[in-house]
Amino acid sequence: MILNVLYLLATITFIFGLKLLGHPETAKKGNLIAASGMALAIVATLIFNEHEVSKKVYTLIGIAIVVGVVIGWVIAIRVKMTKMPELVSLFNGFGGASAALIGVVEFSHTGDNTLQMITIISAIVIGSLTFSGSMIAWAKLNGMMWKDIRLPKYNLINNIIFIGLIVFGAYIVWSQTESIFVVYILLSTALIYGVLFVIPIGGADMPVVISLLNALTGIAAAITGVLYGNMVMMVGGILVGSAGLILTFAMCEGMNRSLVNVIFGQFGETETEGAEGSAAALKGTYKSATVSDVAILMNYSQQVIIVPGYGLAVAQAQHAIHELEQILENKGIKVKYAIHPVAGRMPGHMNVLLAETNVEYDKLVEMDDVNPEFPNTDVVFVVGANDVVNPAAHNDPSSPIYGMPILDVENAKQIIVNKRSMKPGYAGIENELFYNQKTSMLFGDAKSVIQGLITELKGM
Amino acid sequence: MNEIFELLKNNLQLIYILILVIFIGIEVIKHIPAVLHTPLMSGANALSGVVIVGAILVMLNSDPDDYIALGLGFMAVVLGIINVVGGFAVTNRMLQMFKKNKN
Repeated sequence: MILNVLYLLATITFIFGLKLLGHPETAKKGNLIAASGMALAIVATLIFNEHEVSKKVYTLIGIAIVVGVVIGWVIAIRVKMTKMPELVSLFNGFGGASAALIGVVEFSHTGDNTLQMITIISAIVIGSLTFSGSMIAWAKLNGMMWKDIRLPKYNLINNIIFIGLIVFGAYIVWSQTESIFVVYILLSTALIYGVLFVIPIGGADMPVVISLLNALTGIAAAITGVLYGNMVMMVGGILVGSAGLILTFAMCEGMNRSLVNVIFGQFGETETEGAEGSAAALKGTYKSATVSDVAILMNYSQQVIIVPGYGLAVAQAQHAIHELEQILENKGIKVKYAIHPVAGRMPGHMNVLLAETNVEYDKLVEMDDVNPEFPNTDVVFVVGANDVVNPAAHNDPSSPIYGMPILDVENAKQIIVNKRSMKPGYAGIENELFYNQKTSMLFGDAKSVIQGLITELKGM
Repeated sequence: MNEIFELLKNNLQLIYILILVIFIGIEVIKHIPAVLHTPLMSGANALSGVVIVGAILVMLNSDPDDYIALGLGFMAVVLGIINVVGGFAVTNRMLQMFKKNKN
């Protein structure tokens, strides 16, 4: 009984903590409240257990917990803020794997209760596909898999496997088989599906995929909660599932794509056609500028808007850009950052990146608020962003990103784009902004280019 | 078909709870500002580590001589607790950064 009361308390802290996490002033408190609820749930499970448990098992659990705490803590303290998307995927994969393992063990323990069977099978399927999917997402974000691999007809293959998984899972439940062999086949298929699902997804779609995988781990946790009739797992899992799905839909909205479109990957196909089409159309000339040209231009501006993208994170240039901002501000030039909802590789990526360098809160302006400001802006400085400023989203119906809301930087008086070379961005789409009369390209590594600008501006 | 009805009938209370919690989840998290998207995601991610409770139950309920179950349970506990501790710790680190900005 006391166990259930403690679970109830933990459940309330989850709801309350998550609620507080939703407001900037209370977010930190919310996180700590949820964490203490989690500690309570874990300790309560260990202490108020009804079974007779041998010392050996307790020792093993103790070792497992200590090992996990140390690993988790060390990773969390050491990780660089630029590596946040990778870390979230990695941890998320672990949660999924945990759920799948529980499912595998419980399969051999459970009799012929249909509901339990359904939960076990779903935990195995969702847990393992989340695990392998998250690992692939992690590898991709880590730069270990630069190319998006697309098997021929990958769409069809993926969807067949997806349906196959459901049918096979249903068959296992219905047939009441006790063969663990069948479960391993199911598990492997789900693992393969997770890999195939994430492999073809482009970098620009990463925020959607990461939030979706996050939601799936929550659902897997909730399902295992149903299996044990354990309320704290169920509520915790569903809260995560809801949070993940809300974020997923917010990200889809940021790209004007439907979730179905992302999952079943129509993007890949239109993209290839679109890229070919627009590549042929875009053969204009572009201007390139030197660091001192740009420094002079900025020096005589009244308002500069910086558009950061994933490239800024890759070049680790967040501190440099903040220094540039401060120098400009000291010269009396207004500086703002325009933040696109899907800039970077996870929801809110740019906010975290810039927060690390102590950029002031109110300098980060969201898309809808910043767009009307571009006509009054002297210089827009695009650093490592590409698709979120691509005008094809407005005026090229054949483009895969057509209809996606973008930052209307072409309304500004001057546009400076920092890129390494003229190669198209991660999504492989040409950008006509680069050929705009008002645009100058500033080639080079973001960090060294910005540092060059800082040196020049200091001397003026 | 009958089996499905039977399943629903036997677990009606559970289904009520599920539906209500889904709505609570949506209400609690709606209208979150973009600044907090990442902390929310990593905080929620840590919360999904609640599977650790199930993993501990697996180990507690296993036969002390069933090494396969204990081994799988052990892995599940380690992975789950990494998810929990790492997730909350990194969220805290991130939110500390945000706080500094405000001053």
